Amino acid sequence: MPFPPGPLRRFQNMSSPPTRDSNTHSHHTSTPAGNASALQAAGLGEKKASHTALAAIHLCDLHKHFGSVRAVQGVNLTIRPGEVVAFLGPNGAGKTTTIDMILGLSRPSTGQVEVYGLSPEQAVSRGLVSAVMQNGGLLKDFTVEETVRYISKLFSASRPVAEVLERAGIAGIAGRMVSKCSGGEQQRLRFAMALLPDPDLLILDEPTQGMDVEGRRDFWNAIRKDAAKGRTILFATHYLEEADAYADRIILIRRGEIVADGTAAEVKAMASGRTLRATLAGADATSLKGIPGVEEVKLQGDTVIINSADTDSVARYLLNETDARDLEITARGLEDAFLALTGDEAHDIGTAPTPRGAR
Amino acid sequence: MTSTQATTTSPERSTPPIGGFSLGIVRLEVRRLLRNHRTVIFTMVTPVIFFLIFGLNSAYADRRVGHGNVSAFIMVSMALYGAVMANTSGGAMVSLERALGWSRQLRVTPLSPTAYIAIKMLTSMVLGFTSVLVVYAAGLVTHKPSMPLFVWISTALCVWVGSLLFAAFGLFIGYLLPSENVMQVIGFSLMLFSFGGGLFIPLSQYSPALRRAAAFTPLYGLNQLVHYPLTGGGLDWTWPTNLLAWLVIFVGGAVWLFRRDTARV
Repeated sequence: MPFPPGPLRRFQNMSSPPTRDSNTHSHHTSTPAGNASALQAAGLGEKKASHTALAAIHLCDLHKHFGSVRAVQGVNLTIRPGEVVAFLGPNGAGKTTTIDMILGLSRPSTGQVEVYGLSPEQAVSRGLVSAVMQNGGLLKDFTVEETVRYISKLFSASRPVAEVLERAGIAGIAGRMVSKCSGGEQQRLRFAMALLPDPDLLILDEPTQGMDVEGRRDFWNAIRKDAAKGRTILFATHYLEEADAYADRIILIRRGEIVADGTAAEVKAMASGRTLRATLAGADATSLKGIPGVEEVKLQGDTVIINSADTDSVARYLLNETDARDLEITARGLEDAFLALTGDEAHDIGTAPTPRGAR
Repeated sequence: MTSTQATTTSPERSTPPIGGFSLGIVRLEVRRLLRNHRTVIFTMVTPVIFFLIFGLNSAYADRRVGHGNVSAFIMVSMALYGAVMANTSGGAMVSLERALGWSRQLRVTPLSPTAYIAIKMLTSMVLGFTSVLVVYAAGLVTHKPSMPLFVWISTALCVWVGSLLFAAFGLFIGYLLPSENVMQVIGFSLMLFSFGGGLFIPLSQYSPALRRAAAFTPLYGLNQLVHYPLTGGGLDWTWPTNLLAWLVIFVGGAVWLFRRDTARV
C-alpha cells in the first residue's frame, strides 16, 4: 500500500472550522446589534451562546463489536456547528454503524457519543438532529404528502408540510403514492421528512445510493441549497466525487478507523500519481516493479497496469526497452485515490464479513 | 430568511407531549388500512356476507338460543371473525413495518415506543370496532337477530375488547413471515381457527373426537366467552384457560421473535 496509515493520521482532528461564509460561526459573530438585543429580550441570548459553543457531534473512543466483528474501533471525532462533513469509505468500513450510534439507533460497545452535548436519544427527541437513512423504509400505501404529514405530527415544532415538500423539490408529486415514486423521488421524500424539525444537524447515510445521474444531481442541488443556510451536515458516501463536490471536510474511514481527516484537496493530495496502461505480451511483474518510480503493477492478460508518481519515465523505459505498445496514461481517478487510501488491496473490500447494519 | 434564523439561532427545542402521540396519526393509519382492499374485504365485507348467508337461513335462524335466537348467535360469531381479522392485521402491520424499515425511520423522530404501540392499538381498535359495527348494522337492517338490548351491547363490547388479544397473534405471524403476503396466511389460518372455534359451524355438529380437538384451537375460548352474555348458563373453566394459554403462546412467540430480530440489528 503506497500510503501507510501513519502519515495520514496527522490530519486527524486537525481540520479547522469551515470557511463557508454562511456558516454558524460567522453568522453569530456578525449578528447585527439590533438582532442580538431582540434575542436577548426573548431570553434566547445566553442559551444560544452556550449552544454554539458545543460540538455538533462529539465521539470519544467509540467502539462497536458485532460478536467477533469489530465494526468500529476507537473513533474520536469532533464536528463543529456549520461544518459539512463527508464520511467516506468502502462498504463495510463502519460508516453506517457509526451513524447509527450518533442517531441512537444502536449503542456503542464502549465509548461516548454526544450530540450538542446531549445523548443521541435526547437530541433526536428534541428535533436537533434528523437523518436521511440508507435503509429507512417508507410505507407504500401512503402518498408523499401523507408520509410527510405523519412525521410532521411527531415533532413538537415542525416546519409546514408544504414548505419541506417545496424545499425537497417534490411539491409536484405530493399526491403520488409512495409505491409509484422512483428511487430518487423516495430519497427526496426522506430528505423532506428530515427537514421537518428544521434540525441543526442533518445526517445523510449514502443518500444517493442507487440513484441515476440526474436523480443524484437533483438531490444534491436540494441539499446544497439547504447547506447554504448554515446547517451542519454529515453525509456518508462511497463516491469520492460526492465528498469532493459537497463537503468542506472529508473523513476517510477504513475498517472502523479514521485513516484521514482533512479538506478534499488534502485528501486528494495523499493519493497523487498516475496510471499507465500498456499492452505487453509476456510481461513479468517482478521486472516491471524494478523500474524506478513504479509503485504498483497489475497484469491482466497482456495488459499491464502500472501506478507511478513518474509515469513519464516508466513510459520512456517501456517504449525503449520493451515491446510495449498502446500506451495510455491517465491521472489516477478519484476512485483510485479513494481505494489507495481506504484499502490496501481491492480484495479487502467486499470480502470482509459484514454484519447487518455495519456498512 | 426565517428558516436561516431557525437553524442558526436554535430556539429552545422541546420534546413533544405524550411521546408524539396524536389522534391525527391514528386517523392517517386508519385511512391507510382502509385503502388496503384486502383488509377491507377480510374485516368487513366477508363477515357481513357470511352473516347474510348463514345468519338468515329460515330453517334455523329463529330458533331460540339462551336470551336470543340463532341469527343473533351467528351475528356475534361473524362480528368476532371480522374483529379478530382486524386486530390480527393490525398486529401484523407492526412487524411488517419493522421488516420494511419504517420503524427504523420512526426511531429518528421523537415518537416514543409506548406512543407507537398506543397508536397501533388504537388503530386496531378503530378497525375492530368498524367490523363489529358493520356486522351488527347488517343484523339490525335484516331484523333477523333477536336478543335484549343489553345483550346487543354487551356482546359487541366483548367481541371488540376480546379480539384485541389477536393483535398478539398478528405480531407473532408478522415476525414469522414478514412479507406483503402475510394477509393471505392470516386469512387462511383464521379461517381454520374459526372452524375450530365454532364460529362457522356449531361445535355441537362436530363428532365428539373433533369437538375435543376443537377445544384446543385458539378461537375456541374467546368464541365461547363472547357468546356468554347471549347463551347464559354456566361458565366452563376450559374457555378462559384456552384463551389464556393461547395468549401466552402468541405473546411469548412474538417476544421471542422480536428479541431474535433486534439481536441482529
